[in-house]
Amino acid sequence: MSAYFGDVAALARKDLLLELRARDTVPAMLLFVVSALVVFRFSLPTEASDLAATGLLWIAVVFTALLGLTRAFAAERDQRLLDGLVLAPCDRSAIWLAKGTSVLAFLVLAEAIALPAFALFFSPIGWETVAAFALADLGIAAVGTLLAAMAAASRARELLLPLLFLPLVIPIVVGGVGASVEPDPGRYLAFLGLYDLVFAILAWASFEYVVTE
Amino acid sequence: MSLRNSAGPAAALGAFALLLGGIALAFLWVPNDADQGFSQRIFYIHVPVALTAYACFGWGAWKALRLLWTREQRYDLESYTAIHMGVIFGVLTLVTGSIWARISWGVWWSWSEQQLVLFLVLFLFYSAYFMLRYSTDPGPRRANMSAVYALFGVVLIPVSFLAIRLAKNFIHPVVFTRDGPQMEGTMFLTFCVCLAGVLALATALYQTELAGKRLDVKLRELRESLS
Repeated sequence: MSAYFGDVAALARKDLLLELRARDTVPAMLLFVVSALVVFRFSLPTEASDLAATGLLWIAVVFTALLGLTRAFAAERDQRLLDGLVLAPCDRSAIWLAKGTSVLAFLVLAEAIALPAFALFFSPIGWETVAAFALADLGIAAVGTLLAAMAAASRARELLLPLLFLPLVIPIVVGGVGASVEPDPGRYLAFLGLYDLVFAILAWASFEYVVTE
Repeated sequence: MSLRNSAGPAAALGAFALLLGGIALAFLWVPNDADQGFSQRIFYIHVPVALTAYACFGWGAWKALRLLWTREQRYDLESYTAIHMGVIFGVLTLVTGSIWARISWGVWWSWSEQQLVLFLVLFLFYSAYFMLRYSTDPGPRRANMSAVYALFGVVLIPVSFLAIRLAKNFIHPVVFTRDGPQMEGTMFLTFCVCLAGVLALATALYQTELAGKRLDVKLRELRESLS
């Protein structure tokens, strides 16, 4: 068991180190999420309510996550690293867990900028929105990492990932926006937790089949 | 493996007889709905089609699970064909539901109509399934990825259902409750005949499509071995 988590830690460390040295993904995600919020500010009519803006914040974060996910397996694909990882004597689901961890870290960093920026540009946000984002990030990272591995193996690549990802993310948006704007956030947060649990188990169990023949 | 089978024609004949009988019962025998009148009779097509779409998605996911379990490649084609049928019946559900919504509530589309919204989500999801298949090279890897995606779909159905239920106040009539079907015996019988008919139709289409696709694969193999 500790060997398993040792593999995960080593793989995740590799991804984070790569990002720290090359700075390929995170700066782009940060710039994208702030640009998206500014565009949304101008796309809303002046008398639009803060509730509508909260919905747009969720869209901005989902698309930022998509941006990060399209890059998630770029290094593996360009340098044929995935074949090597699959051949390595470690459980294949460790690859998923490690990649999911780095995707989660990038997404949390992007939100650390996006949420204060939203509070500055639009309206202050409460604890329930932060909790909803924390839960949603887990689900996005779990499902997104698996789908990114699928998309990386296809010819269409960047084109395919949004098509695979967006229908699966609809329940997250429902739960997240509900938790942010409804007076009773508890059941929406519980729903997000349920989504995370179900899809994390499914993705963890099925990742091996996506990267092997 | 024989390319000819007798299940297809038998299912087609059964579908023809049952659907003819079901439509006759729906138009001539059952009484008008007390609340919605004559237009409620679309129920006898709309709901069986929707249930058949679910059955096709479930069947596709079951075949996908068998593929991952046994690694037998023939399940790939079966899972793909079942999902193909599911999408066709899903589109039919969207169309018939839309017509019913127009007559009952005066709008073609209503976001508070949870089943319609669910079918829209599923339609988008399974359309992406086709994109995934078309943009990946044939082989065991594609079979595995399609199977995993099909399994995600069958999990997405209850999760989306819960999400939509959470999000909307709905006006969709609920006929099947925990106390059993809330309708008269004649209506329920007609409904069952129609459901059996649509399921038989789906089976016939599935068998035909599967035979065609197998023939396609066989032809490609023969061509490759000739050249």
